[in-house]
Parts: sequence; C-alpha cells; structure tokens
Amino acid sequence: MIEARGLARTFRRKKQEVRAVAGVDLDVAAGEIVGFLGPNGAGKTTTLRMLTTLLVPTAGTATVAGCDLLADPVGVRRRIGYVSQSGSTQPEALAGEEVVDHGRLYGMSTADATARGRRLFTELDLEGLWERKPKAMSGGQRRRLDIAMGLVHEPGLVFLDEPTTGLDPQARANLWQHIRGLREERGTTVFLTTHYLDEADALCDRILVIDSGAIVAEGTPDALKSGVGGDVLTVTAARADEVGAVARLVAGLPGAEPPQVHGDRVVGRVPNGGGALVQLVRELDAAGLGVAGIESRRPSLDDVFLGLTGRSLREEGAPVAPVVPEPEGALR
Amino acid sequence: MTLPVATNSIGRDTWTVFARAMRLSLRNPAWVVIGLTQPVLYILLFGPLLEPLSGQLGSGNAYQVFVPGILVQLGIFGALFVGFGLIAEWRAGVVESQRVTPASRTALLLGRVLRDVVVLLVQGTVLVLVSIPLGLRAPVLGVVLALLVVALLGAAFSAVSYALALTLKSEDAFAPLLNAVVLPVLLLSGILLPMTLAPGWLQAVSDVNPLKHVVDGVRSLFDGSYTSATAWWGLGLTLAMAALGWWFGVRRFRRESG
Repeated sequence: MIEARGLARTFRRKKQEVRAVAGVDLDVAAGEIVGFLGPNGAGKTTTLRMLTTLLVPTAGTATVAGCDLLADPVGVRRRIGYVSQSGSTQPEALAGEEVVDHGRLYGMSTADATARGRRLFTELDLEGLWERKPKAMSGGQRRRLDIAMGLVHEPGLVFLDEPTTGLDPQARANLWQHIRGLREERGTTVFLTTHYLDEADALCDRILVIDSGAIVAEGTPDALKSGVGGDVLTVTAARADEVGAVARLVAGLPGAEPPQVHGDRVVGRVPNGGGALVQLVRELDAAGLGVAGIESRRPSLDDVFLGLTGRSLREEGAPVAPVVPEPEGALR
Repeated sequence: MTLPVATNSIGRDTWTVFARAMRLSLRNPAWVVIGLTQPVLYILLFGPLLEPLSGQLGSGNAYQVFVPGILVQLGIFGALFVGFGLIAEWRAGVVESQRVTPASRTALLLGRVLRDVVVLLVQGTVLVLVSIPLGLRAPVLGVVLALLVVALLGAAFSAVSYALALTLKSEDAFAPLLNAVVLPVLLLSGILLPMTLAPGWLQAVSDVNPLKHVVDGVRSLFDGSYTSATAWWGLGLTLAMAALGWWFGVRRFRRESG
C-alpha cells in the first residue's frame, strides 16, 4: 500500500536548512494498521504530509496506493483519505453539508456523497448530528466527523494524524474501536501517527519509531518490547545520598544493563525480574540501604523509546541522566 | 478497494467550492451587511458635503463624481479583506482537507473568488440604488460597465488577498499589511475627492497610482463618455490588474501549502 525509499524533506528557515525528515524507508502492506510513533517534532507529521501529497519531498521516492507520489499526485489523492490534526470542517457550516461537499471534491455526485455520508454518520455514532454545526460538537464528535470526511470517498488507505490528541479517555477508547472497525469491516489500511504509547500498543499491528527525522526501529509492539532485553526494575532510594550505592547494587545483578538514575529513582533492566528482585532485596538489606519502593514490570513501549533514543516519550525532550561510572567494576 | 469514478473538472470543482462558500456567507450574512454598510454610510454621510462643491468638481451633480469613487473603493477594499476568512478556514483545517482531494487547485481559489464577486455586485447594485433618491443621475450602460469594473477589480484583489492570507497564515501579520497599503492607496486614488482639486505635486504622485486612473475611468462611464481616453485607460488598467492579481493568486494556490 505504501512503499517509500529515502523520503526526505528539508525546510529553509531564515537561510538555515532544517532537516525535518532525513531519509525514511517504509513499507505498509494492504490491510495493516501501522503506527508512526515519536515525540513532537520527530518528523511524523512532515512524513505524513509528504505521503499525502501536501508537501513535495526534497529527496526520495514513494508509491502510495499504487500511484507514484511524484508523477501522479492526483492519483494518490483520489485513493487515500487524510484526517489531519487540525480538523477539516468550518465551525459554522453544517456537518452533513461539509461531508457532501468534500465528497463532491472527490468527484462523487451529491446523491452518492449524501448516501455515503449518512451511512458513515451511523457507523461513527454521529446520528442526528447531520445538521449540527461542528462548533457545537464535542471534541470526540468533531474527531469522528473528521474521520467521516476522510472516508467519504471510500479510500483503501487512510492516514490519521494524531487521531486522539486532546480527547478524554472515554472518547479515545471509543475512537480506537472505530479505527479497528475500519480494517475489520472494510479492510481499510490505516497509517496513523501518535505520541501515545498506549495508543500504538492497543491499535497497531506494527510500529515504526521515528526520532529526529529518521526511523530508529520497527516491529510489532511485542517484538519491540522483547527487544528491550528484559524486565524493568525500579528502585526508589529512601535517602537521596544513597542512590549511588543502590545503583551499584542494581548494576551488579546477573545480566543487568547499566542502570539509569532519575532523582532518587534507579531504573535498571534485568533478564528475570522476579529473581532479581529477591536477590536485590537481600543485598540492600545486607548493605543497610533503605528503600522507599521497589518494583519489577514488563517493559512498555516507553522503555523501547527510551532504549532507542535515550529519551523518554513522557518527559519529552528531557535527557535522562546517565549513571555515574562505577570504580568497583560491578558493571556488566 | 472501491474507487470513485473520476469526474473532477475545474468547472465542477469551482461550482462546489463556490456553492459552499456562498452558503456559508448567506448563513452568516453579518460580513456582507457590514461590508455594505460602510459604503452606504459614505454615500449618506459624506456625499451631502460634496453637494455645495459640485461646481468645482466639474459636474452638475456631486453624486455622479462621488458614487464611482465609492464603487471602486468597494471593489478594492471589500475584496482585500476576504483573506481573513481564509485564515480562519486554514486554521480550522479546511484548506488542507480540500488540498488532499483531487480537486483542481485553481478551482479552490476560483470558487471563493466568484463568491466574493457576486457579493460585491450585490453590494454595488444596492449602493447605486441608494444613491438615486439622493440625486444620482447616470446612464444605465455606464452603471453596468462600472459594475463590470467593480467585478474585475474585486476578482483581482480577492485573489491577491487569498494568496497573501495563505502565505502569512496569521491575522496579526495580515491586518497591519492591509492597513499599510490601504490608506495611502485610498488617499492617492481620488476616491473621495477628484485629484483635480489637488496641488500639482500631489497630482503628480497620484498619477503613478493605477487606481486613480480606474476611478477617473469609472467617472467617465457615469458621465456617458464611453469612448474617451480616460474611460479606456480605466478599463485597460482594470484588466491589467485583474490579470496580474489572478496570476499571483493562482501561482500561490498551485504551490504546496507548507
């Protein structure tokens, strides 16, 4: 459905070249739900805007929905749906009229666009809102209206840019269901961007992790998580001045990777969380070190991102303090 | 996957965009009314001041001189402000969502411009009708030709306004730009008073302003002097500005949106 090679985009800002996307290769098969995961400014939206013909790539090639991106952008436009972050409807217009006009811009007749729009309103739980102005809708309703706009011409491939940003948890869960429904009920291929890990985890067959304009990893959520190499061990020191000693003990656990220190917390990675926990508690006790909390858990996509980029998606942009090198040779 | 039948054409796309824009204008006619109130106020509250001057204006009828100026003002300044609406649409994501459709880029501009031209023509007609009871006397053909000039000017300046709006994408940048242009152009075009009243140096400066010649041209049309050089200059410059404005607008709309 999508095949991109070396897709790149450079912006010129005040005579300075800014590389927003530095050469992205990606393949998406028909019927897949693929997530593009990365922090704000990683190049997700720029890549999406290139794949949807809104931006011309400065380098690279791509075939989207069977049409060459550069040679036949109109063919691409005809075959894809795009739901942008910023919305798609005039706040003062009537929802139904916006959908019908949008369908007409895709070459549909008014009658076809109306019939299709009405059906989409039913499927997307927008019944009774045909004559409602978007400004009088809730955030979740407006988002579903945007999706109806993007689907009115029955595209085989849909791009969703940050589909659930700004929605409350209930509306998000509801929207996820609708996105899954796109594939299950009509076999639509979905390519979405998100900076929510739970969203990528819950929704996507495959995830592409993008950072600083380049894809740094790709795979199923499970494969990415198992690639992290073990469970995550978090120990909170009781006294801030003992955090270094706690970190040294964590680093000494069998198979452990060098732990990282965030304030009074030590985060380490071990192959077997349960066994390591028991051993660590004994050693802490023997060393007379107090702990305020200790926890072992399966890795999340946030850990994947942290491992790949050295930055956490949650604390966007904040670099993680590296652990102080240890003299005792306790490190792996 | 099901593919819709490809039936896009520039005419059909233009109609879709025009009908949508027109519907939105009619649903919220505040702007149309405000745009009309201003020129009508000029006619009602400024026009009477000119009546005692009609001898100096070289015409027996002050409104024959004044209404053409206000018509040109409507065509230019009414159209120049339409970009604000496009900035709002851009912010709502409408422009981008239209740009991912296979619709012709030119149609996305043309449909909107046509809506503006229709609105301007209605406003211009009301303006002329309001002036008749006040004493405006002008040949019908002259008035029709004058409205044609208004339509052409409106198309040019609305295309320019949309192109600038799409480039600046911010009311905070767009408003000062318009204000910087509007006032000097207004004062140097003889819209309110003919430049023949001006001292020599001011006349010389205003001679460089094409809009001054357009205003003079429309005044000749109201005078019935269809074959005069002044009338032809006015029409010619209007066509030239329309072509230039249109070229500028289409170029911007065809470019990528980023």
